[in-house]
Order: sequence, then structure tokens, then C-alpha cells
Amino acid sequence: MALKGFAGFAIRKVSAAAITVFAIICFNFVLFRVIPGDPVRLMFGDPRVSAHKLQEMYEKFGLAGSLWDQFVAYLRQLFLHGDLGYSFARRAPVLEVIADKIPQTLMLILTALVIALVVGTLLGAITGWKTGTRLDSTIISVSLTLYSIPIFIIGIVVLLIFAFYLGIFPLGGMETIGAGLTGWAYWKDVLWHMFLPTCAIIIWYAGEYIIVTRNSMQEVLDQDYIISARAKGVKESTILLRHALRNAILPVVTITGINVAFAISGVIEAETVFAWPGMGRLVYASVMGRDYPVLQGLFLIFAVIVVVANLAVDLIYGKIDPRVTVGGGQ
Amino acid sequence: MSGLLKRLQGLRKFLKLLLTHSMGRAGVVIFVILGIVVIFGPYMRTVDPMRTGVLENILQPPSSQFWFGTDHLARDVWSQTIYGARIALLVGFVAAAVTTAFGTMVGLVSGYFGGKIDEVIMRIVDFFMMLPYLPLMIVFAAVLGPSIWNIILVIGITYWPFTARVIRSQVLSLKERAFVEASRSVGASDNLLMFGEIMPNVVPLMFAEAVLMVTNAIYAEAVLAFLGLGDVSTMSWGIMLHFAYESGLMSMAPWWVIPPIACICATILGFTFLGTAVSDIMKPGYREARGL
Repeated sequence: MALKGFAGFAIRKVSAAAITVFAIICFNFVLFRVIPGDPVRLMFGDPRVSAHKLQEMYEKFGLAGSLWDQFVAYLRQLFLHGDLGYSFARRAPVLEVIADKIPQTLMLILTALVIALVVGTLLGAITGWKTGTRLDSTIISVSLTLYSIPIFIIGIVVLLIFAFYLGIFPLGGMETIGAGLTGWAYWKDVLWHMFLPTCAIIIWYAGEYIIVTRNSMQEVLDQDYIISARAKGVKESTILLRHALRNAILPVVTITGINVAFAISGVIEAETVFAWPGMGRLVYASVMGRDYPVLQGLFLIFAVIVVVANLAVDLIYGKIDPRVTVGGGQ
Repeated sequence: MSGLLKRLQGLRKFLKLLLTHSMGRAGVVIFVILGIVVIFGPYMRTVDPMRTGVLENILQPPSSQFWFGTDHLARDVWSQTIYGARIALLVGFVAAAVTTAFGTMVGLVSGYFGGKIDEVIMRIVDFFMMLPYLPLMIVFAAVLGPSIWNIILVIGITYWPFTARVIRSQVLSLKERAFVEASRSVGASDNLLMFGEIMPNVVPLMFAEAVLMVTNAIYAEAVLAFLGLGDVSTMSWGIMLHFAYESGLMSMAPWWVIPPIACICATILGFTFLGTAVSDIMKPGYREARGL
């Protein structure tokens, strides 16, 4: 019975997500066809281009024929061939251009998120534990401040201080160009380049974990089982780690899934500042180069990632907490 | 007349409450400084922030002639900083007003009518809230082209669903209250109920949302301008940072990056404080708890 309830819930959630993804695809299609002016002519920049060449380009970018024909062709290419279009600036399929950048972005974002999660949760637990003390108010005001500031500004400040003036970290990129390093030396070089962008993301992102954990910790500490544990004379550190933090950590898990959209924004800004060759830097490069097909592809991929992450959180919650699956899943 | 007087008194009371709130006080101070800079900017020893200078004046450190030094085109950084405040506040206020007005409208209609209308509107709201906001703003801004009004439009498109949701949930509870029922029972029309009875009661919430929306808008403008989506014919703090970063010369000219960074941070924090203070004050029981 329980499985049936969950299965129904899961089917509803998955189909809702599928509809959302389809809507995003339609939205994406429409968005890039309301561009004022003619993107193909814009790319040539030369009014003397031949009609034959223009027609060829329209076909290459899927801009030939009526809007409906274009839409059908777009869907067919997308679903049957996984084709996201063709990048004019890079003279390569969009999917290839983007896929090339995914590992670098994942490496950066996962490292930063894991560290931010651990550091943020610990600091949040401490501040929640010591609410009202000087330590608490200091940590909270610093993290609130850092969290409000755009990450690209944190990035510029960090870059100026540690790379330009102190010179202990590289100015950007992912590896020392032309060094020809291999094996362990190569990875050491990559880690050295990764340090500053990772720190910028952590500084910005940990703030939210601190605040959420602190609030959740304060709530948990008021519960009866904490009071009874104290009454039994359990050690304070044991109460903190075993009893309180364990229960306080659930909301933290939730925001990790829900805030994927935040993480994406952070990574776009951080990669731009530190010239990290990932998807975020690709966004910037495509903006500067007016490479609409790549921008369109990136938007689609980011949006799908967000939908999938939210779906995952919903499903995990449905599995953990049976109450969620009752009542039509609303 | 007495209505106006009453309103003025209400405003005075509100300001007094705001100034007793520590965050509110800090927010008001930053806001007043910004206001002075925006209004008296042209009289504060500024020149046209876009006017390029002679070769010898490129990347000059601060001096008595150039208070904040010059940039890579020998433009006066002090003037850019001062004029940047105008763009920040223009974008912040107009975008917040547009977004809040539209979001409130949608929330009001959705919450008041309920049923199928509500369901359809909320599906659309959920869809927009699901989209990752920065990529959404980037593609819109890229498609629409660089202009300050497009940036405002993009911010509106991205943030209205958040306001709509908040207002809707408030409307849902308000429309069941006795005063609305009473008005309905004597035959008030939907329009009157929505705008005459419910609307005045969501105004405080709307106001708090609008203040926080100013922060979002200023943030968004800075990021979009930095990423090269801003209008380079008007100088904003984000565009200053964009030029400084793009030129690759920012390490040689800290005076070029410190003012916009400080201004963006101060403005965003100021409005965050103000927003937090306003929503604290609007909470029922705030006044009573402090005996004000």
C-alpha cells in the first residue's frame, strides 16, 4: 500500500517535471525567435552577403521556413538527435561545445558546495548552540553581509588581493599555459588554480547554510528530548553532535536541492571573474560574442538541471516522509 | 484635509519606528546619502562621466583634479561613481515598482478569484520560479539588447512571480475575513472588494516586498552590467567594473575598482537592512511589544 502511494506520487511528480521541461523547451524556442533584427545578418555584419549564402545559414541555424516548421524541426533535432543547434562563433555543434565544459564546472561547483556545506553547517550549529553570544552575532552578521553581496564582487576582491598584490595564486584559468605538466604535477597545478574560485563560492554560499542551520538548531534545542538528555546528564558535546545536529540537518539537505538555481548563478559569476573554463565562463563568452545558439543551449541545460534537482528533492522527501505522498501530492 | 493630516502622522510614526530599529537606522542613513548624491550630483564637482581625456591623464591615481583618479580612457572615476548612483537608484526603484505592481496585480486576481483562474496563474508562476534566475535574465537581456529599460524589463520578468506568490497567500486569508464578507453581503462588486477592501490591507506587505525588490534589482543590474549586458553609453557601477575587468588593468588602478565595489556593497546592504526593518515593523505585535 505504501509503495503504491509512493509510486503514484512519483509518477505525478515525474510527469509534472516532464511537462515543465517541455514548456521550457517551447519557451526557449520562442525566446530566441523574438530577437529584434535578423540574427543571421547580424552575424555576417556585412550587408553584401549573397542570398545563397544567407539561405544556407538560415537552414543551418534552423531559421528557414514558417515558425511552425521551424518548431517541428527544432523538436525533431532535439529529441531524435540530441541536437541543440550549431555555434557560429565556434564552428561546432552546441552540444559538443557545452559538453566540453561540463567536467570543469562540476569539479568546481561540487568541491565548493561540499566544503560550503560542511563549514556552513558546523558554523551554523555552533552559532545556534551559542545563540546570543558575541561569537554568534559576529558570525551571523559577517555571513549575512557576504551572502548579500554579488559573488563577482567577492571574486574581484579576492582576485585583487591574493593574485595581483600578494601573487600567491594565479590570475585565472585552470592550468599554467604552456607548462606541459603531466600526472601529479598537473593536478597540483589545477588545484592551485582552483583555490581562489572555490574560496569565492564557499564564502558566498556558506552564509546560507550557516543561517539555515542556526535557525533549525535553535528550534531543535527547544525540543523535549534535548531537555531530557540534559537532565540525564549527557555530555554537552554528545547532545550537540548526536541529538541536536542530526535532527537539525534536514532543512539543510532540502535547501541544497532547491538552491541549485543559486549555485548556477554563483558559478556563472565566479567562473567569469576567474576565467575558469567551464559552463559559466562559456555563458560570458557567448554573451560577448553574441553566440545565441550556445546561449540558448546553456539556458536549456541549466533549466533542466534545476527541474531535475527539484524533482530529486521531492522524490527523496516522499520516500523519507510518507505524509508528503498523501493528499494528491499537492 | 484631515485625511492628509492623518496620513502624514502615520508616516511620521512609521519613520520613528524605522529609526528605533537598528538596521532601519543604518538603512535610512545609507538611503539619505544616496539621495543627496543623486540630487546634488551635478554640483559635486563632477564632469560628464563618459568624457574621455587626453593621453597623459590615462589611469591617473587620485589627485586634486581627479578625486578618484581616472580610468583607461582618462575618464573621471569620481564623476562615474556619483552618476552611477543615479543609474542604481533609477533601476532599483523603477524595476521594484514595476515588479511589485505587476506581481501584486497577479497575486490579487489569482487569490481573489481562486478556482481555475488561480490554478492557471499559479502554474505560470511556478514555471517562472523554476527557471534559474541568472541565466533567464542573461538570455532575456542578450535577446532584447543593451539598454537600461531592457534591464528593468528583464528584472521585472524574472522577479514578479515571487511577489505574486507572497501577495496571493495574503489575499487568500484576507478574503475570508469578516469585513470582506460584510461588504460582499451588501452587494459590493468584485472590483470594489478587490481594490477597496482587500488591496489596502496588502499595501504594507507590498511595501516591504518592494523595498527588498530594490535590492534584487540593484544586484541584478550590477551582475548583468558586469557580464557585458549593460548599456555602455550610460555609466553604472556594474559597467565601471566591467570596463575595469575587461581592460585587464584593474590591478594597476585600485582607485578604479574600489569606489564601485564599495558603492554596490553599501547600497545593497542599505536596502537589505531597510527591507528587514520594514518587514519587522509590519509584523503584527511589533509596536505593542516595544510599547510604541
